Amino acid sequence: MIASLLVHGLYMLYAVGFLLGFATIFTWVERKQSAVMSDRIGANRAYIRIPYTQIKLVAWGLFHGLADGAKMILKENFTPATYDRFCYHLAPWLTAVPVLLVFAVVPFGGPIQPGLLFGGAMQGFFGDARYPMQIAQMDAGVLVVLAVSGIGILGTMLAGWSSNNKFSMLGGARAASQMISYELAMGLALIAMVVSFGTLDLDVMVQWQRQHVWGIFVQPLGFLLFLTAAIAENKRVPFDLPECESELVAGYFTEYTSMKMGLFFLSEFIEIVVISALLVTLFFGGYAVPFLGPEGFVFPGGGTWHLPHGLVVVLQVLCFWIKVFIAGCFQIGIRWTLPRFRFDQLMDLGWKGLLPLATLNLVITAFVVWWLT
Amino acid sequence: MSKVPHRNVKWKYWNEPEPSWYERVFVFEVVRGLSITMGVFARNMWKWVTGRKGALTAYYPEEVRADYSPNNRGRHVLTQRPDGSPQCVACNLCATVCPAFCIEIVAKADFADPAHPKSPARFEIDYSRCIFCGFCVEACPEDAIRMAKEVPALPGFDRHAMWGRIDMLKGWQPAHDPKKPYPPKPAAERAP
Repeated sequence: MIASLLVHGLYMLYAVGFLLGFATIFTWVERKQSAVMSDRIGANRAYIRIPYTQIKLVAWGLFHGLADGAKMILKENFTPATYDRFCYHLAPWLTAVPVLLVFAVVPFGGPIQPGLLFGGAMQGFFGDARYPMQIAQMDAGVLVVLAVSGIGILGTMLAGWSSNNKFSMLGGARAASQMISYELAMGLALIAMVVSFGTLDLDVMVQWQRQHVWGIFVQPLGFLLFLTAAIAENKRVPFDLPECESELVAGYFTEYTSMKMGLFFLSEFIEIVVISALLVTLFFGGYAVPFLGPEGFVFPGGGTWHLPHGLVVVLQVLCFWIKVFIAGCFQIGIRWTLPRFRFDQLMDLGWKGLLPLATLNLVITAFVVWWLT
Repeated sequence: MSKVPHRNVKWKYWNEPEPSWYERVFVFEVVRGLSITMGVFARNMWKWVTGRKGALTAYYPEEVRADYSPNNRGRHVLTQRPDGSPQCVACNLCATVCPAFCIEIVAKADFADPAHPKSPARFEIDYSRCIFCGFCVEACPEDAIRMAKEVPALPGFDRHAMWGRIDMLKGWQPAHDPKKPYPPKPAAERAP
């Protein structure tokens, strides 16, 4: 009981650190990748000076994320003259917290057996219990993803409504209609994955992919649908109509300043990480390193390479990091490639394009699975 | 009662796009766009990784752009006499002609030097206002102010650092300029 609490507390700390760390790195990636794509140099002025020396650590502009955070915390906390006090202060949390919660069901590493890692007294304390690297081991993993990410819509709607600003209002209305439309397609794409894997638990999905093939080869159309719908859920280019700068100033968070605006900003980048983690888990084999079992590498030719338990765990966590990083960079690359939709085009794509395709995908998947079993 | 026009009239524009089915699928065109941007990214990144510069922009102010014209109107230079005093006679013509009102001159008098009784005690150019039009150079009757090719070292954290003061502006010694010998030759020796 105590051991389980301890392990899961550590998992939670790791998950928050993982999400915030990767979100900060992705702000840097967004700046630098766009700069390199358009023949520029990019942000590289923020530095940390080593005390008592004149040595300045620039680190390719990595510290701009820290500088941004400090700037946002120190800014004046400005509020509009008339606004709905309760909803206005609630909205950033309603946007940021569900994004963090989604990660609770995503497995970020293979099962860990602390008794094997440590010797002596620790071994007696932990026994031979195995803990999957996942905060909440639920049967309803995918359903939790859908349910919790649906709460985020409320945050954007509340922010738009409570600011008493017409730009925010329009942004909030756009966000609500867009997110609800694309949630349908995302849900249907996920259900097709559930049907083909035969489970709702994301960890079991990863195990399935380790034994068979990656999900993208099972459901290529489902991958495209899920990716499109997930980017639309995240309100990023080309689906950034709720916050399009050229028309709506900043959309639903126009009236937010300092760290309240920072929460909206941060939750967008955390959502990139979460979507990348979901993409990796559903379609790219999750944390599973190819040919790596719990005892070490087992190659198809018959060769085996035995590895200690600690090294296996570290390899799986690293593999998850690398896959998430690549998936996030891909999402950011999409942002710097595609122009923004018009709103009727957006709705057309959602209702006339993605939703029928997702339904078709689900029906075909269901028939194929029924025929195979 | 006037008739409201039907809302679903499909306007046909002269530049109406007519996408083929290939473009309507959208995925292939997105992949093409991504391959373009990612290709540029890979090319530039390869340059950075192999120690070359993968950007077109200059890293101001550390880098100087190579394509500045030799006639570029940049930093102001106050010319000096061989003894180091500025050639300026504090006539205020440059300050008068300046359209940005950025030159401030305070004159001082030295009657012990009858050739140059008036000289600037302060000669300051506010570079936060200067528009680099070069009118001051045109107006000067004494060739006391010129503009050099290189731009002034403006970037800083303080607005007050953008004042060009006299010791910053003085930078040209006529003793080293063969085109303008000093003291000038007597009129008899000059070429006709």
